[in-house]
Amino acid sequence: MCLAIPGRIISIDETIPELKMAKVDFGGIVKPICIQWLDVGIGDYVLAHAGMAISQLDEREAEQTLNDFDTIARSIDN
Amino acid sequence: MHYIDDYRNNDHIQALVRAIEKEAVHSWQIMEICGGQTHTIARYRIEEMLPPAIRLLHGPGCPVCVTPEGTIDMALEIAALPNMIFTSFGDMMRVPGSKTDLLQLKAKGADVRMLYSPLDAVKLAGDHPEKEIVFFAIGFETTAPVYLTALKEAERRKLENFSLLCSLFAVPPAIEMILNQPDSHVNGFLTAGHVCAITGNEAYKQLAVKYKRPMIVTGFEPADLLFGIYKCILQLEQGIARLENAYKRVVSEKGNPAARKLMEEMLEPVDKEWRGIGQISLSGFALQEKYAQFDAVKKFSEYVKIAVSTGKNDENRCIAGEIMKGNSQVSDCPYFGTVCNPEHPLGAPMVSAEGVCAAYYGVGG
Repeated sequence: MCLAIPGRIISIDETIPELKMAKVDFGGIVKPICIQWLDVGIGDYVLAHAGMAISQLDEREAEQTLNDFDTIARSIDN
Repeated sequence: MHYIDDYRNNDHIQALVRAIEKEAVHSWQIMEICGGQTHTIARYRIEEMLPPAIRLLHGPGCPVCVTPEGTIDMALEIAALPNMIFTSFGDMMRVPGSKTDLLQLKAKGADVRMLYSPLDAVKLAGDHPEKEIVFFAIGFETTAPVYLTALKEAERRKLENFSLLCSLFAVPPAIEMILNQPDSHVNGFLTAGHVCAITGNEAYKQLAVKYKRPMIVTGFEPADLLFGIYKCILQLEQGIARLENAYKRVVSEKGNPAARKLMEEMLEPVDKEWRGIGQISLSGFALQEKYAQFDAVKKFSEYVKIAVSTGKNDENRCIAGEIMKGNSQVSDCPYFGTVCNPEHPLGAPMVSAEGVCAAYYGVGG
């Protein structure tokens, strides 16, 4: 139910200021997603739930988590 | 896919499993409260990767499963009204009320439609001014503000034929109920990352302190879940109980301020019945009085019976309530996969894809 999928914004439509919409590419499937709650631009990755972008993906934190995995992998080999 | 594949990578998964084996000295029971996470745990057989001393408990994380039978009966009554287009996410279509379900009603000719987003229901309302459009607004804090954005759009477009049948739940009071049981089995929690993406982490920070249980904000891919479990075990072994965020690429401390503002301005906390579990004080949300015209229960009150809480599990033989409270496992149920299966469910968690029983049934028990 709380499923949310990451996708990349490929265009933005601000015709209705109260309901900003974006076309979001989910690995090849493009869907209209409302981006009203976020301050995002073309190229940004968002997490979409039920037609709504609920969060912007933080690339730096994503990298950091992968680094944490590597650190954990090294620690068990020592 | 970007932001997904890395967190399904087998090297990361194996490293995290070995790290958990190394750190886990004592026996611990850890609960997730999100149907999506339960689904990942079952699908990737994460429990089989863990040392036997680590047990995962599957909390009441599926809003479809905890929506009371009486609310589904109301949905069925509204959906059967003339001139009605009743809309819902797909998960809800086969969940049984006391007599039938939405899919059977549709088969008999009612206009019941599965939609991807509540915003699509607003569009439907604009396209069909001669019809009433009701969306079955079920969910936790993740989904609640999406309905509110749809409602605001209907209001902006002056669509008087759009309304919501709300069954909205708050997660933190359910955690408190579980921990207030005299013999609670849960040592630590994985909190639902997408709920926290909206609400932020403050409520869970307070629960960690009040109940001395680690609360780990956790994501949905297999490496995310193992990372959350790993962090939880590190805290438990060190005797620490605090909030930790293991899903920082998505969840910020304050959550989503715009969505939170909508919830504060448009909803109010109410006592709520959880199917299989019973009433939990201030564990739900209702639309504030100023939005009464968008509240389907009020709008159609002369046609539907208001659901009265039965207070207790409605399917006598179903033990889902005890599973969701952390007191039993799916494997304890004598009916799982035999008398109870997705075609003939005894309880709602066997119906929704994210219900704990359906999740395990789908991967062969």
